[in-house]
Amino acid sequence: MTTAMKKVLTGNNSVSWGVKLSRVQVISAYPITPQTTIVELLSEMVANGELEAEFIKVESEHSAMSAVIGASAAGARAFTATSAQGLALMHEMLHWAAGARLPIVLANVNRAFGPPWSIWTEQTDSLAQRDTGWIQIYVESNQEALDNVILAYKIAEQVNLPVMIVLEAFVLSHTNEPVEIYPQEMVDEFLPPRENPLYVVEPGNNYAVGSLGGPDVYMEWRYKMQKAMERAVDVIKTEGENFGDHFGRKYGLYEGYMLDDADIVLVSAGAFTSTVKYTVKHYRKETGEKVGVLRLRAFRPFPHDALREALCCRKKVAVLDRNISFGHHGIFYSELKSALYRLKDDKRPPMFGYILGLGGRDITPKDIREIIEDVKTREEIEEDIIWKGVKP
Amino acid sequence: MSFWYNQVPMEENFNSGHLACQGCGATIAMRFALKALGTNTVVVIPACCWTIIDGAFPAHAIKVPLFHTAFETAAVVASGIKSGLRIRGKGDVTVMAWAGDGGTFDIGIQALSGAAERNEDIIYVVYDNEAYMNTGIQRSSATPYGAWTTTTPEKHPEDRPKKNIMEILAAHSIPYQATATIAYPEDFIRKFKKARDIRGTRFIHVLSPCPPGWKIPSDVSVKVSRLAVETRVFPLYEIEDYGEKYTINYWPKGLPVKEYLKIQGRFRHLTEDRIEYIQQFVDRQWEKLVLKHKLSHGTLDNIPKNVIYR
Ligand SMILES: Cc1ncc(C[n+]2csc(CCOP(=O)(O)OP(=O)(O)O)c2C)c(N)n1
Ligand SMILES: [Mg+2]
Repeated sequence: MTTAMKKVLTGNNSVSWGVKLSRVQVISAYPITPQTTIVELLSEMVANGELEAEFIKVESEHSAMSAVIGASAAGARAFTATSAQGLALMHEMLHWAAGARLPIVLANVNRAFGPPWSIWTEQTDSLAQRDTGWIQIYVESNQEALDNVILAYKIAEQVNLPVMIVLEAFVLSHTNEPVEIYPQEMVDEFLPPRENPLYVVEPGNNYAVGSLGGPDVYMEWRYKMQKAMERAVDVIKTEGENFGDHFGRKYGLYEGYMLDDADIVLVSAGAFTSTVKYTVKHYRKETGEKVGVLRLRAFRPFPHDALREALCCRKKVAVLDRNISFGHHGIFYSELKSALYRLKDDKRPPMFGYILGLGGRDITPKDIREIIEDVKTREEIEEDIIWKGVKP
Repeated sequence: MSFWYNQVPMEENFNSGHLACQGCGATIAMRFALKALGTNTVVVIPACCWTIIDGAFPAHAIKVPLFHTAFETAAVVASGIKSGLRIRGKGDVTVMAWAGDGGTFDIGIQALSGAAERNEDIIYVVYDNEAYMNTGIQRSSATPYGAWTTTTPEKHPEDRPKKNIMEILAAHSIPYQATATIAYPEDFIRKFKKARDIRGTRFIHVLSPCPPGWKIPSDVSVKVSRLAVETRVFPLYEIEDYGEKYTINYWPKGLPVKEYLKIQGRFRHLTEDRIEYIQQFVDRQWEKLVLKHKLSHGTLDNIPKNVIYR
């Protein structure tokens, strides 16, 4: 077997390489900062013949999503990428892709919504697509971005639901890291050409897809989508392990860091978790206090059982949200609260919701350290949002 | 010229039992279209009356695969299907987007413009019933001057001319465009067959009478279509060579537009001066079209005069 090669790649170009290695057949996208370099490299790969695919250069994100819906319905493996405004413009078609049960993969580079205009990272754009029926996986590193594109197709094509890979603007998308690029044969072994689609729109298959479904049938469709989502919990877990066996890097529903014996657990998702881990490592060394990290990967399906098990009986949980649901709380915080509700009172840890880093405001080790100190002073949940770093 | 019925294939790719209203022009149009295109075809339909006409799940009236999609996406979903099929070695399949005027002139024009500009290998058909019929007869930018709809009530009927979608598409330099109506089946079928065998974006504008929307009896859809042609309200023509070559396919009798307007309830409120205004508009549009034909061919002598469907 040929050995893997290492390249220094940005997060975005790691995604492009993941797409190439997945032998995607149809790509359609529209430029938006900070997503742009994903599709720039892909159009080059297609133009050079390195990737045998069609690239549909559409006039909007709404059309990009529609084009890959068509391509996927016609049996092809399809990919698109976007950010914030583009993702919001796709919203109608995100529902359509999931409802049509198409295993499309989309890379969303987290970006804050305007106004005021912002191109910097924030997780609200992808989290706002929570109920579209898309699987969502948040990554922390460039390697994880590449790996999870491959993994995404493996998952999507088993449960016939689309998958969104989410990476943070600039801190990941435009930052270079050494990334291992696997030999094509090795990827082909793990990810064969698309198998067993639910349907293919091609002559001979004389049926209508998506026709009117009255109250007598509609609900069952939705029931099946939910069942597929529930099944996806196991598929993400199993294929994450298989990925580890095959490529040497294992992925789970979430990742624990110094978690096993931790009394205080910091929960976060995305690239800034690296800062959280770094701070916790040093904090432990200095104080000996049992602080740990749980990094969320799967947001949909939300792995309730696994998270309940992971957080049961901890002393305190602090959730770090780089996002907000206006009029409610941090989104990961509120999701996690509902997941832990089923724990008995004496086993359910008090949870504290911090909102920080909106619109790309830097999240520093100092911030994390202050959060740890702050959590230590708290016993009861007195407020659902603890703002971190808002200027007076 | 051989008899018209020799030019209409016996092949029937449309089952009975569809859900259209009686006399629906869009239904007859689909029947002719599929006769011409045959079954190596897939159809994409956005939100419109045809969403319903094909049948509710699991019924399916047409004998080819159909992908339903959102209102504004017919052109681009068709493009995606074409790419998907082509990369899978099935590039010979005809992919037809079939949309209403609302899905074409209005909400879908962006995706259509994108697809046409890229010269996607699709046939895009607009069956134009000149309003949003599915939602209950609201105006669209295809609603003609003077027409009643539920959002242009008789006291304030439509006060802007119909958008010229053929010229908009001609500005995109696509290989083939045509107008067609169900009153001229042999012309209709010839155009669809011709379109099928051309590569790139092909656009066909079909006038599609709607009995409830136009307030006409259900047995006059063909007659109204013929009157639209004979009054020059809806001339039959093609634009070929990437928007360059205009060909009028039939020289209309030039009946007064009143003949067309007066049998439709949606124009019943029009006063003589408004009818005259419409007549002048139609005359000007026709003159411009004739000039374009002459510019393309150097003559008007090659326009067939009342030979079709006598
Ligand atoms: C984004 C969106 N807006 C509005 C609608 C509601 N809607 C469904 S069909 C339709 C009218 C369609 O009109 P047209 O395209 O002319 O087709 P027709 O119904 O006349 O056949 C409308 C407004 C929709 N489905 N999607
Ligand atoms: Mg209409």
